[in-house]
Amino acid sequence: MGDSTVIGPLGENMGLIGYGILAFPLLSFLINGLWLGRKSPRASAWTAAALMGLTLALAVLLANAYRGIVLANPGAFPARAALLWEHTWMSFGLGTDSVLAAKAGFLLDPISVMMVFVISCISFLVHVYSIGYMHDDKSAGRFFPLLSFFTFAMLGMVVSGNLIQTFFFWELVGVASYLLIGFWYAKPSAVAASKKAFILTRLADAFFLIGMLVVGISAGGFGFDRLNSPEAAAALNHTVGAGFLTFNLLTVGTLGIYMGAWGKSAMFPFHVWLPDAMEGPTPVSSLIHSATMVVAGVFLTARLFPLFSAAAHTLRVVECTGAFTAVFAAAIACTQTDLKRILAFSTLSQLGLMMFALGTGAGAYPASMFHIFTHAFFKCLLFLSAGVVIHAIHSNDVRDAGGMRKALPRTYWATLIAVLAISGIWPFSGFFSKEEILHAAFASGHYGAFLAGLCTSGLTAFYMSRYFFLVFHGTRGFHGAYAGSAAAGAAGHGGKDPDAHAHPVREGLLMTLPILILAVPSALIGYFSKGFFMRAVLPSGSGTAEAGGEALAHGGAAWLPAVATVLALTGVAVSWYWYGMKKNGPAFPNGKAPAWYRILSNKFYIDELYLFLAKRVGARLVAAPAAWVERRIVNGAFDWVTGAIKRMAFVQSLAQSGQVQLYIAVALLGLYLLSRFAGLAF
Amino acid sequence: MSPSLLLTLTWVLPLVSAGILMAFPAGSNQAVKRFALAANAANLVLITWLSVAFLQDHPHAPPGSTESVLAFAADYAWFPAWHIHYHVGVDAISMSMMFLAGVVVFCGTLASWGIGERSKEFFVLLQILAAGVFGSFISFDLFAFFVFNELTLIPTYLLIGMFGSGRKEFAAMKLNLMLMGGSALILLGILGLYFESGIRSFDIVELSRIHFDKGFQMWAFPALFLGFGILGNLFPFHIWSPDGHASAPTAISMFLAGVHMKLGSYGCLRIAMYLLPEGCRPWMDVFMVLAAGGVVWGAFVAVKQKDLKYMNAYSSVSHCGLVFLGLAFLNLVGLRGAVMQMLAHGFITAAVFCLIGMIYGRTHTRLIPEMSGLMARMPFLAVSFIIAGFAALGLPGLAGFAAELNIFLGGFTAGSPLATVCSALAVLSIVVTAIYVLRAANGILHGPPNAAAAGVSDATLIEKIPLVILLACIIALGIFPGPIVALLDEALLPILNNLNR
Repeated sequence: MGDSTVIGPLGENMGLIGYGILAFPLLSFLINGLWLGRKSPRASAWTAAALMGLTLALAVLLANAYRGIVLANPGAFPARAALLWEHTWMSFGLGTDSVLAAKAGFLLDPISVMMVFVISCISFLVHVYSIGYMHDDKSAGRFFPLLSFFTFAMLGMVVSGNLIQTFFFWELVGVASYLLIGFWYAKPSAVAASKKAFILTRLADAFFLIGMLVVGISAGGFGFDRLNSPEAAAALNHTVGAGFLTFNLLTVGTLGIYMGAWGKSAMFPFHVWLPDAMEGPTPVSSLIHSATMVVAGVFLTARLFPLFSAAAHTLRVVECTGAFTAVFAAAIACTQTDLKRILAFSTLSQLGLMMFALGTGAGAYPASMFHIFTHAFFKCLLFLSAGVVIHAIHSNDVRDAGGMRKALPRTYWATLIAVLAISGIWPFSGFFSKEEILHAAFASGHYGAFLAGLCTSGLTAFYMSRYFFLVFHGTRGFHGAYAGSAAAGAAGHGGKDPDAHAHPVREGLLMTLPILILAVPSALIGYFSKGFFMRAVLPSGSGTAEAGGEALAHGGAAWLPAVATVLALTGVAVSWYWYGMKKNGPAFPNGKAPAWYRILSNKFYIDELYLFLAKRVGARLVAAPAAWVERRIVNGAFDWVTGAIKRMAFVQSLAQSGQVQLYIAVALLGLYLLSRFAGLAF
Repeated sequence: MSPSLLLTLTWVLPLVSAGILMAFPAGSNQAVKRFALAANAANLVLITWLSVAFLQDHPHAPPGSTESVLAFAADYAWFPAWHIHYHVGVDAISMSMMFLAGVVVFCGTLASWGIGERSKEFFVLLQILAAGVFGSFISFDLFAFFVFNELTLIPTYLLIGMFGSGRKEFAAMKLNLMLMGGSALILLGILGLYFESGIRSFDIVELSRIHFDKGFQMWAFPALFLGFGILGNLFPFHIWSPDGHASAPTAISMFLAGVHMKLGSYGCLRIAMYLLPEGCRPWMDVFMVLAAGGVVWGAFVAVKQKDLKYMNAYSSVSHCGLVFLGLAFLNLVGLRGAVMQMLAHGFITAAVFCLIGMIYGRTHTRLIPEMSGLMARMPFLAVSFIIAGFAALGLPGLAGFAAELNIFLGGFTAGSPLATVCSALAVLSIVVTAIYVLRAANGILHGPPNAAAAGVSDATLIEKIPLVILLACIIALGIFPGPIVALLDEALLPILNNLNR
């Protein structure tokens, strides 16, 4: 394998750091998975966390060095993207002259460095938290290797310099999440959820694979330097086919790739796997929702942004799916009663924001990446704190919670910070990134998406403060009083957490420490990193950097932050009015929820539609008839032929009766026929 | 001993060991097993040594050449009056197939450790079957190839009929009738090649120089391709394989699905396509459609199977369809994808059949709905099943993906709309693969343990060895496909050059 190492402007040691960042999580997977996990789950947990700590240290070194390079080269954009190293994995042609090759590399550019930092940071904290969370779980020895593998796969994905490498690790991310969502495999609902997640994302990935091949072959390479070049877009931008069946290769290829992102980032209508993925242990949910798995889709779209922005139709699809999902998921989140499902729908909604921001054009690119960054911290915090609450109340249902403020004071304050951050209240981190997205959407003139963004902000503030009031205010179990009425049909029936054991409410240090640490970036990082994102995080590839700068320059309506803040405060106020101190939500006439409420709490019945499609259409209309035809017709043909031969043999056997008279009669008949027709003379 | 003699030894050794096994006294089960294992281990060592020697040094075909260059070649006149030679040798394709066969035979022997009664007959027949396959893969004389190929049919019939399960007599009969039908077509094609060539030769390398008459090629190619295609599980002539593989005992399922079927696709490439290029090009679109049909069809039918062995057999229909699809694209990437897929499918399906046999040995059922929660009782087997299953559904990092990626890329670069549509269909069918693999894995391994899981224990050391070997091959092929692909390219180029002559 080892060939063609491309050293960037960074020197030899940087390459080693790159290897280390990938090697430590892999090492943790191998050591714990093959050996230590079975010997001693405790030692395995600490080993995994220590190795992740080393990864984080290397990631910090890398980010710091990279920051130095960016500062040293203010204008020179191409210098900011460099391959630390690259090896050919498989070449699709003869020897070295082939342009088509799958390579394994370590790409340094603003978004890969940002993601490496976020992933290793979040993953390290989640590992530490899990030591406490999985303390009493017998299968902890199986948990940590998988968690490390998940991290490894995601790291490999973000540092990839080649689309095939991206796909490779993309699939590994998928399989890791499958194994972790179904971690408690004795629970049928967890198994079903993991299967659903894998098959749905796999369906999307099949289109990704097709798109990848179309794009790579036509552009003449799978490397991002090639794919993101204007030449690649020009080479792709032609129409194939004939008659009414004509395709523009650029549109088809990028749409195919976007389908992969669509599924992984769980944009509508692929979103159904994500809320069910809550069946996994809470640290896994936290990792999936903040740094791994779902942001992969947004990341891929950003990675290929220059190519996508050449395909106007694809960009439009990105914008529409994102904007729709943002509002759609936020609306559903308002009625859910499962702690983790509320957070899951909030992730969907936030991913929608990031996605439509990319769809509105280069101006929103830095804002979208900025939002990935801030979102990772506060979303991780929210999930980890939800895990503490679940541990404390042994239930996933907000109606079983209530009044947790007194029992879990540290969690309470940390959650408050995260809720303010996600609601976009100044000066918490979410405010800055969300504001940038809205600014850029407005400046780009995509007013539909802009309105969707505003609407999402209001709804987000509403459902997040509803969550907060229901869980932490009031008194314990108070809200259970209305359990039977409004959400009777809600799918979010909070199942008991199977790892919950009877121990008193407590905030263990290992579990609260990561939460408290995360509270710091959740509060502050928006303010401090805004400048870096706006200046340095621009789409790779020549030309677009300037375009991004221009878009930023004329963006920015002064009234926008005020409007967004007012909307967010309104959301909080409504929520306080309905769910605040000792209240149970909106009072419906007759105590029965109206139709719109039921539709929302049943998530627009999309899951039921899928079930119908899979069971009725997929299984009954395709697979079952195929199996029948296989049994009766294809195999039947064999039985028919062998049967026919048997029957022919039977007819022939009639002649072999042993009756001499018959033999003589047939012989005479034959002689007669021969003399009559063949001219045989006797 | 010279390497060419060692190459011959690879089929002599199993045959001789079969002869010695016959002399064992009745009832000496343990001794029989140990002897068979020793013989197959020796053969695996021999093949591995040859493979390493091949890797270190092997002759290279000059660029643009249309003639396969063989390593360890030997050529003896066997029946000079008719120009029948015993001509053996290997190139990278046959060497990799030999390695696959050696590994699977060895692993199958270990997987058959539980065989009690009549183990002598079982291993005698297994050794003869193996000898036939080893001999076929190294033969570069059509007559010798045919003789070795036929040698495999009788032990197959007896092994399924005697040691199988379910409708074993019917399955054995069906399998043999279909394969005999294929053989008839192959014989027709071979005799046609012999007489039409004008040089009265059975030698593959010599025949590759002949430009046969186009009219002859137009009927001889489909006869040969179809004849080998039946053996290689080409849709819709696959119908012998699900019944045959499901009824066969574990080691035989592993060997038939993993190695024996590869003789079919190997013959398609080495004989039909290599020797009859002008007939191949016009006919290939037909076979491309059949191949794509098999990929999709096998996957959908597999979804509805309740019996694990039938599920895997239909999965084989789908995966062997990918082999033919790769061949049908007629470009380097497609061809190498096909050979990679032959290797990948060989290891994967052998591992899955091996696991199914071990699971059946514990739960006494092969029906997916009757099993649940085996994961907690047999973690090693369960993890192996999951790895093999993910390899089957084409997870990157495992063998299946490296092969499929080449096949799909070959399809998209082939340039014809039909090839593009067929490969797009094949890509989409991998979603269906995910459905049946996860359905089986989740169904039997996950969920709460049920009655079938009671008293189930994890793999013993003897069971672990074949699984570890097969999974190691799957992982190695998946992580480092680059060097293997480069080797295969060398052997494929003469064939491709001849196809484009």
